[in-house]
Amino acid sequence: MLESLLDPWRWERSFQDFPDYLSGFGMTLRVTVVGWLIAMAIGILLGLISTKKSRVLKVIYQVYVQFFQNTPVTIQFFFFYVGVPVIIKQLFQMSRTYRLSKFVIGIFGVGLYHGAYIAEIIRSGIQAVPVGQREAACSQGFTENQAMVHIILPQTLRMILPPLASQTLALLKNTSTLAMVVGLDLMYFADKSVGYTGYFQGYLIAAAMYFAVCFPLAILVRVLEKNAARTPGLSGRRRRTAKEAV
Amino acid sequence: MENEMIRIEHLRKRFGDQQVLDDISLTVRRGEKLVILGPSGSGKSTLIRCINHLEKPTAGEIYIDGEQVTNRNWIRMSRDHMAMVFQQFNLYPHKTVLQNLTLAPIRLHRIPKKEAETVAMEYLERVGLANKADAYPQNLSGGQQQRVAIARALVTHPEIILFDEPTSALDPEMVNEVLDVMVELSKEDITMLCVTHEMGFARKVADRVIFLENARIMEEGTPAEVFDHPKNERTKLFFSKILH
Repeated sequence: MLESLLDPWRWERSFQDFPDYLSGFGMTLRVTVVGWLIAMAIGILLGLISTKKSRVLKVIYQVYVQFFQNTPVTIQFFFFYVGVPVIIKQLFQMSRTYRLSKFVIGIFGVGLYHGAYIAEIIRSGIQAVPVGQREAACSQGFTENQAMVHIILPQTLRMILPPLASQTLALLKNTSTLAMVVGLDLMYFADKSVGYTGYFQGYLIAAAMYFAVCFPLAILVRVLEKNAARTPGLSGRRRRTAKEAV
Repeated sequence: MENEMIRIEHLRKRFGDQQVLDDISLTVRRGEKLVILGPSGSGKSTLIRCINHLEKPTAGEIYIDGEQVTNRNWIRMSRDHMAMVFQQFNLYPHKTVLQNLTLAPIRLHRIPKKEAETVAMEYLERVGLANKADAYPQNLSGGQQQRVAIARALVTHPEIILFDEPTSALDPEMVNEVLDVMVELSKEDITMLCVTHEMGFARKVADRVIFLENARIMEEGTPAEVFDHPKNERTKLFFSKILH
């Protein structure tokens, strides 16, 4: 076992496919960046919506978040691959079904899924700011929106940076789901290479490449967590209880 | 009445099936120092929180300087007329002491930063904390935080200042430093409404004391009248418990 793992020829053969790996890596990174932007946009929008009083908005929020958090991301990818084209065909009365491009499936696959998680992070971050902060702001004459911008969100931001960075990390790793559905990402080329060489080394190379970007992100999470612990206003807080309100 | 700053008419507030304020009517003169007393749960805090609309009244009207406070204008009314000091200080923890004082003047009252800072420093000086301008709230003691909160309330030159149990969350040794600031403030012509349990303070500064119990005003008068000759049995009982 160890012998075959260290076999230089197997490594050499696996590295022959390295250009494929690189192109797959490029795809993975592109999907990560654009998927992240989509996830952030959805997360911020839904996170802000969740703090509104409207019942309808709250229901929309819950349905979205619960659906995407409680179904496997793989099924969601397949949904974009198989289901969405059919829906689009029906919707626009088209004569044939057009498949979404692999890139588009990738960015919406991870974007919508992680958007649900980011929304939850933002919602809980906003709710973790004590009610007294909003009250102090309103008593000074800040509108709800101004209070959000100047007082609530700056405090939220410091709290949510670490979990946000971990979501980014998870999002990057989840782009490998593409390999199962339509491919062209790093995991797909690794799988393909291992498929015909039969050498496990291909997976190790891919793992190393994932690690090379994920590990710095993980360190970033650590740094952000440490910073948050030192930031004024994030420690030793208590929330106003209902009793004090009377 | 020209002299009138706040007029409350038939104010009612309920939380669920609990009646917290029941038909409260009250007029506060411009420059008057009004202390609101009562056992906990009697509705005192809710009463002053209704004035700046942090609690929305269930029924009744509140007029500030002749204008009714409504769901539409309450933010502007707060900005233009009032300030509040909270039991839990509610300083902005992500801002320095100086920034806590300048945020509203710069963002809401469109005062240039330099000028806002100069004014803020004057108020910090007044509460004896000019040397803490660059500190963050978490590095101040409770008493210092509350003095900053008072300075923050004053920096926009409100006509009315509402104190919601400003010393109740403080360690005993810090109560006086805050009360001293409030006593100083009471010498000015600002209208002061203060929910407190500090009887000595009430006696010293109040023009009028009201005693709330079970959602109603039970007793009203000068400190001497209310403390020394309470008419109501409930008031007598309350004072006999807290005055030794």
